[in-house]
Amino acid sequence: MDEFALIFRHEDGQKVASPEQMQAWMKQTMDWIGGIAAQDKFVSGTGLPFEDSKVVRYNKIVTNGPFGDIKETIGGFVIVRAESVEEAVEFAKGSPVLQGEGNSVEVRKIAKSDGVH
Amino acid sequence: MKSLCSNAKALLIMEQNELIPHLFRTEYRKITAVLCKLFGIDHIEVAEDLASETFLLAVETWSYKGLPENPTAWLYYVAKNKAKNHLNRDSIFTSKITTDLKLSSQGFEEIEIDLSEKNITDSQLQMLFALCHPSIPTEAQIGLALRILCGFGIDEIADAFLTNKETVNKRLFRAKEKLRQEKVKIEFPRRAEIDKRLDVVLLTLYLLFSEGYYSESEDKVLRKDLCFEAMRITHLLTENEQTNQPKVNALLALMCFHASRFDARKDESGEIILYQDQDETLWNQELVQKGVCFFKEASRGDKLSKYHLEAGIAYWHTIKTDTKEKWENILQLYNRLLQLQYSPIAALNRTYALSKANGITEAITEAEKLNLTGNLFYFALLGELYKSVDKQKAKAHFEQAYSLAKTKTDRQVIRKQIENL
Repeated sequence: MDEFALIFRHEDGQKVASPEQMQAWMKQTMDWIGGIAAQDKFVSGTGLPFEDSKVVRYNKIVTNGPFGDIKETIGGFVIVRAESVEEAVEFAKGSPVLQGEGNSVEVRKIAKSDGVH
Repeated sequence: MKSLCSNAKALLIMEQNELIPHLFRTEYRKITAVLCKLFGIDHIEVAEDLASETFLLAVETWSYKGLPENPTAWLYYVAKNKAKNHLNRDSIFTSKITTDLKLSSQGFEEIEIDLSEKNITDSQLQMLFALCHPSIPTEAQIGLALRILCGFGIDEIADAFLTNKETVNKRLFRAKEKLRQEKVKIEFPRRAEIDKRLDVVLLTLYLLFSEGYYSESEDKVLRKDLCFEAMRITHLLTENEQTNQPKVNALLALMCFHASRFDARKDESGEIILYQDQDETLWNQELVQKGVCFFKEASRGDKLSKYHLEAGIAYWHTIKTDTKEKWENILQLYNRLLQLQYSPIAALNRTYALSKANGITEAITEAEKLNLTGNLFYFALLGELYKSVDKQKAKAHFEQAYSLAKTKTDRQVIRKQIENL
């Protein structure tokens, strides 16, 4: 069993959702994660709020937030256990993030500290 | 007249038959804890033996002399004398512990064997922390706590751990050896150490409560004793400044919420009554209110334990009326509980809550992903979910659950489900 990170990318991180939308989205996310956890496949995860975000660039130039010239922003990630990348992709398909057009979930295998990866 | 007399005698014997196991549950461990605290962990078996002998004598004496006026006081008196006699009789034992006890050569008549409520409480809490010493494995810690602090028989512990008597005996023997080697003191550990051991202590109390609550035993008195014992010890922890932590209050709240349904859960013949069929008027509102108080206390910290989440779930179950809000809250609590700690039963309950909050179709899809095919409750859940959709499938699932059921109670409950389809 491997571990995979499901990384949520939002096309436009500055879009402001209504409180009702936020609440509905929260519920869907919690139900989605709860479903993975109910299969004993949830490892960890967190949302990455846009407040207090900075980008440190080449020459140590610091800018506010990951926005502006970057088109996509990362909204959070979840780490799951899966037999294969295909199973991890099936989990990713259930993510409510994908309801936003232009959003995506990137599936990446977690490196094992076995000296090879 | 004669028959009245023999009836009275029969009644008395019946009373004793119930009273002695009851007293054994409540007093055996108190006597053991106090004596063990007095003698030191090295002599844990002496303390156990003296407590057992006290009860043996009670059974013998009471059956021909009748019950003493105050059976508990009788037991304490006999235990004290047995302890003194033991000290006088066994010179090797005596010389070994004399230094510890700092006794004068005047003899042992003056030893204070303190069976006051305060010393019993202190001794039990200190024993509990001593038994939950990190040098012994968790299973052995819990086993020892069940044996010494709760007066469980070896076969009952074996049942609780789904293993056999021999394994339990070996495990407990090794654990006692270890406690001796480590020279574990029966005292309150330091603050940092308390925090380390508290989780095991709470787990032990949680298991003790569950054992009483879900036990197969048809003896309602014994089961109730166990639950209230676990609650009592947990309550002691909330009265101690160092251990009065949010998670302790959360555990106690959880116990109160569950215990509030104790009288409604089984009918006269001991058959389980399912939650939705229970007589709400039998739910103990006083315990619910107590639970709410402890739950408020529990919300003071910033750490969320599994007991907080389970207490939240149990709280919503104290409200019988099905509302969208109720099941939505239960679902979200299970979602978080599963992220914190997976268990098959939480996964199944979460899926049931999902069916109430989000609908049957979604719940069936999610249920089939769980794939817990060795678990009878998995098939019982599928049967329940399919009930309103496809009666044939529901029946097939219930039948599969039936074939996996090992206890009489489980078979009864499932048979009823099939009959009611």
